[in-house]
Amino acid sequence: MKSNITLLLFLVWCPFALLAQGFAGLGTEVEGFAVPERGIDLQFPRDHAAHPEYRIEWWYVTANAVSQTGEPIGLQWTLFRSALKPNENDGWTSPQLWMGHAAVTTKHDHFSTERLSRGGIGQAGAEINGTFEAWIDDWHLSGMDDYSKMSMRATSPEFAYDVELTANGPLVFHGDNGFSVKSSAGQASYYYSQPFYDLGGTLEIEDQTYQITGHAWLDREWSSQPLSETQTGWDWFSLSFDDGTKMMGFSLRQTKGENFVSGTWIEPDGTTTTLGPETLSLTPISLTSEGGPSLPTVWTVSVPSQDVNVTVKALNSNSWMATSIKYWEGPVVVEGSHNGVGYLEMTGYN
Amino acid sequence: MFFIGLQAMLSHWRKNPLQWVTLVFGVAFATALWTGIQAINSEARASYDRAEQQISIAQFDQIQKKDKSSIPHEEFILLRRAGWMVSPIIRKEFPDAPDIEFLGVDPVSYPGFNLAAPEASGVPLESIDANIAFANTATLARLKTHGGFEIRELSTVPDGVVVTDLANVVSIRTEKTHYSALLVSNFTPKWQRPLAEVAKDLILINRAEFATDLGRLTDSFHLNLTAFGLLAFAVGIFIVYGAVGLAFEQRRPVVRTLRALGYPLKKILWVIATELMVFAIFAGAIGVLLGYFLAAALLPDVSSALGGLYGADVPNTLRIRSEWWMTGMAIAVLGTAIAAASSFFKLAKMPLLSATKNRSWSQFTQRSGIQLACVGALLWVVAICLYFFGSGLITGFAILGGLLIGAAFMLPLFLLGLLTVALRCSRDHLVRWFWADTRQQLSGLSLALMALMLAMATNIGVSTMVNSFRDTFTGWLDQRMSSEMYLRFEDPEMARRTVSYLEGRVDAMLPIIQAKSSIRGELIDLYGIVDHATYRENWGMLDQSETMWDDIANGIGIAVNEQVARKADIKLGDSIEANSKQFTVVAIYGDYGNPIGQAIIGMPAFTAMFPNVTADRFGVRLKPDAIPVLMTDLKTDLGLTDDNMIDQSSIKQSSINIFEQTFAVTAALNVLTLAVAGFAILMSLLTLSAMRLPQMAPAWAMGLTRAKLGRYELLRALSLAGVTCVVAIPLGLALSWVLLSVVNVEAFGWQIPMFLFPATYAKLVLLSLAAAVIAALWPSWVLSRTPPERLLKVFSNEK
Repeated sequence: MKSNITLLLFLVWCPFALLAQGFAGLGTEVEGFAVPERGIDLQFPRDHAAHPEYRIEWWYVTANAVSQTGEPIGLQWTLFRSALKPNENDGWTSPQLWMGHAAVTTKHDHFSTERLSRGGIGQAGAEINGTFEAWIDDWHLSGMDDYSKMSMRATSPEFAYDVELTANGPLVFHGDNGFSVKSSAGQASYYYSQPFYDLGGTLEIEDQTYQITGHAWLDREWSSQPLSETQTGWDWFSLSFDDGTKMMGFSLRQTKGENFVSGTWIEPDGTTTTLGPETLSLTPISLTSEGGPSLPTVWTVSVPSQDVNVTVKALNSNSWMATSIKYWEGPVVVEGSHNGVGYLEMTGYN
Repeated sequence: MFFIGLQAMLSHWRKNPLQWVTLVFGVAFATALWTGIQAINSEARASYDRAEQQISIAQFDQIQKKDKSSIPHEEFILLRRAGWMVSPIIRKEFPDAPDIEFLGVDPVSYPGFNLAAPEASGVPLESIDANIAFANTATLARLKTHGGFEIRELSTVPDGVVVTDLANVVSIRTEKTHYSALLVSNFTPKWQRPLAEVAKDLILINRAEFATDLGRLTDSFHLNLTAFGLLAFAVGIFIVYGAVGLAFEQRRPVVRTLRALGYPLKKILWVIATELMVFAIFAGAIGVLLGYFLAAALLPDVSSALGGLYGADVPNTLRIRSEWWMTGMAIAVLGTAIAAASSFFKLAKMPLLSATKNRSWSQFTQRSGIQLACVGALLWVVAICLYFFGSGLITGFAILGGLLIGAAFMLPLFLLGLLTVALRCSRDHLVRWFWADTRQQLSGLSLALMALMLAMATNIGVSTMVNSFRDTFTGWLDQRMSSEMYLRFEDPEMARRTVSYLEGRVDAMLPIIQAKSSIRGELIDLYGIVDHATYRENWGMLDQSETMWDDIANGIGIAVNEQVARKADIKLGDSIEANSKQFTVVAIYGDYGNPIGQAIIGMPAFTAMFPNVTADRFGVRLKPDAIPVLMTDLKTDLGLTDDNMIDQSSIKQSSINIFEQTFAVTAALNVLTLAVAGFAILMSLLTLSAMRLPQMAPAWAMGLTRAKLGRYELLRALSLAGVTCVVAIPLGLALSWVLLSVVNVEAFGWQIPMFLFPATYAKLVLLSLAAAVIAALWPSWVLSRTPPERLLKVFSNEK
């Protein structure tokens, strides 16, 4: 265990489940940070921008696209914000820290990269200023302040992409109107999505350039104390079925007792139904240890109320993110009662 | 039984203590020189390694302003947003400690920073959002106040630096923050925009450019030392080879007797091998000890030379490291083994009943001389081929090695030939005897003479190089430092006030103004100069057009230094671009001691390019005797300090001091090598004098007095040494030519004209002759004091 307190604070950046990998103190209440409350109406466009008074926050885009030759390609673009203190100062004294993750996945390759930045200096941020812009270095996710149209760009030594995202559906709010509970003890976050993006643009992998088209899903989430100490990791799904319906589901793995399972069923018009342990089941089918620790890259997902019983299979079972903290994130193919595509994130597997 | 054999063998040394001393001290000297140099090298290497592990901003490429001003915050952000992975640094003085640098870094964007292993980049994170800074123990001890910081000890922080988070160094708002430089990570994402497109006034400086190629430069320095070490070791081993060969030869009767008594040969060889190894270890231990003292004595010079020349930080104190004392012991044993190998195998193959001819070893055959000379000639051929077809520093030193060792191998045959000619030309019987006897002695002395020639040639070569270097360097300093006084300012306002204050009081103020630029892709320091007689009258060029000063003044001409001319293949009359403006090359000038490219243009052209750059240094022309008064006035009237001004003679003196320190080590090693060669001659003559009674006795019997015989001995040593010295002069000159034209060009990028220094050579020849005479005095005195009865015994013993 590192004694370096700053390092610990850096690690706060990581998504929920990364936080649950046993780093001390993260399950406890932190003095001064705002805590999500049930029944608060989110305000837009204000809430599309950063919330420095909360401890962690992210803008998380995953996309299932195809090249002009029909080859399936997954894109990931993530900007994390983490605060050491619940405020924002100008310049180098800002307690805000930012981290960008980006990845491109094909059947045979998976490239990932990471960027880091201090807040307050202009190197990274997420602001509404007539338009919306979230950025770190030369990466950005920017466009209309209602998230209806965005341009998204990320670069690394191996790959780079610049794509346009156009929403053809409304924002979707998870849990109780955006108040998403994350444990039986009551930990929660604010969580909403824009799952209806059409995508088109340019992707360069090594020396190849591709024109790509497809669909993208944006997740927005922020909180201060998201996890219970007994939660060791999570498995998160975003699935888009061919009939236009979508679903989000996650399972927080517990050291004791039942996993905490939750999700949202999304109709093509954006109408949502919250899913719980009785209505959603996520079952690992087979394990792979390609490229890292053993974890399940084939799952069965069933939502009996919607007659969904599908097999979810990784496009590329080696989709490990070679970032500061390793996790698995990659596109999936859905087959069974419904066909479709989606994204799977698995964290906390050691 | 082993001990009986050992006793019998050791009895030889009791009878010939001199041989034992030669053997032991030969090995000890060789080991000492080798170990001493290795100790210095390993100390320096360890400090370079430490430097590499340190938070060294010099290990990264940097982006700077062309005019060397600080970089505004917006440009840092513009670069990041254009895909440049840059990290800002701020360097300033630590509060109340002007000699300590306060370095602000951003650990998060620092090149190589990795969240999973944050300590790997070496930059501490704890200072983020806390009033914490870091310094090493030595710097901590120097700090009088901590400037409100909690300063923690961290060994990876370089000497004289306090590191902290940028937030602790910037006191104003971000929009107004300026950075000293931006460090560039080697992580280059796709679609990165070209630097010139982001900001025209920024320049990317390859780390090799401002790290002054420390590795390559110091490599040449250490290679130089190592070459010296090897040479000294070779000289030492020559001595040991002689001593061991003689001892083996003289012990043949003992071996024969032992074997005749039934002592097995295998055991005898074991006894001898054990004895030699014990001696080698003993001598090696003495050598390592001597080497330690040698290194400790030389290290301050080495470290100040490396510090002054290359900015490399090498400590003054020597640590005992296993890497050099163990290799020292190993090389002592190995050296003894090499020196003894041929004698050992000869002894192993000796037939039981062989005649025990004492003199066989010392009889030098023409055949072996020719064989040796052939090997020498072959080495020369290799050296010549290397000169034409090889390149690089190692090749330069290989040429030197081939040249020297080749000449040494050819020496015995040359001397033999010379003596044969002398013998043929002489009529007088006594003279003929003298020559014949000298020729007879040649074999016993040839190793010592080879050693003398190597030492002598090295001395001549190195002193020619150093003196040529010194002459060129001081001449160049005179040209470049032609102003009587120099002023330096941190604050432009202070500079402006001083300039107006001095107007009318001095003959001229010559601004020294400089910016970064590049010529044909080579990074350079670009200087602007005013049109003034100081330059026209004093500056000599390596190559120049007739109208050069006018062309420079008119803004069409540019002068470049030799370094950039060689690197970018620039010739007089070439048209080159500097900072998007075309210039004609009107001169190429020597620029010694500077590893970086440099160019000079006229002041109007310079200010047109860099309107914001102001001069921070000035040359002041005035009568030298007015300097002290002016300095006092500047202090009292304007509040300038000693840091702001320096007079010409002090700046020259400090430059020359750095120069002298650089070669102090070389000079010391030179003297030591010569001393070892003198020791070789002494030992060879002493052993020979004891063996030579049978040759002396008949001459004595025929009427030559002992005193005369002694004088002849002296004369003989003198004439052999004299011839060797004469031969060593051209060899030494060849050596210095290789050093100046091959090694220096490879190591530094400039060529130094070679000058000859006959007086120095005469002094060296006299010194060597003196060494030979001193070495021969005792043996000839011993000879002249040989009791007649011993001479008579020669006849009674001869059967």
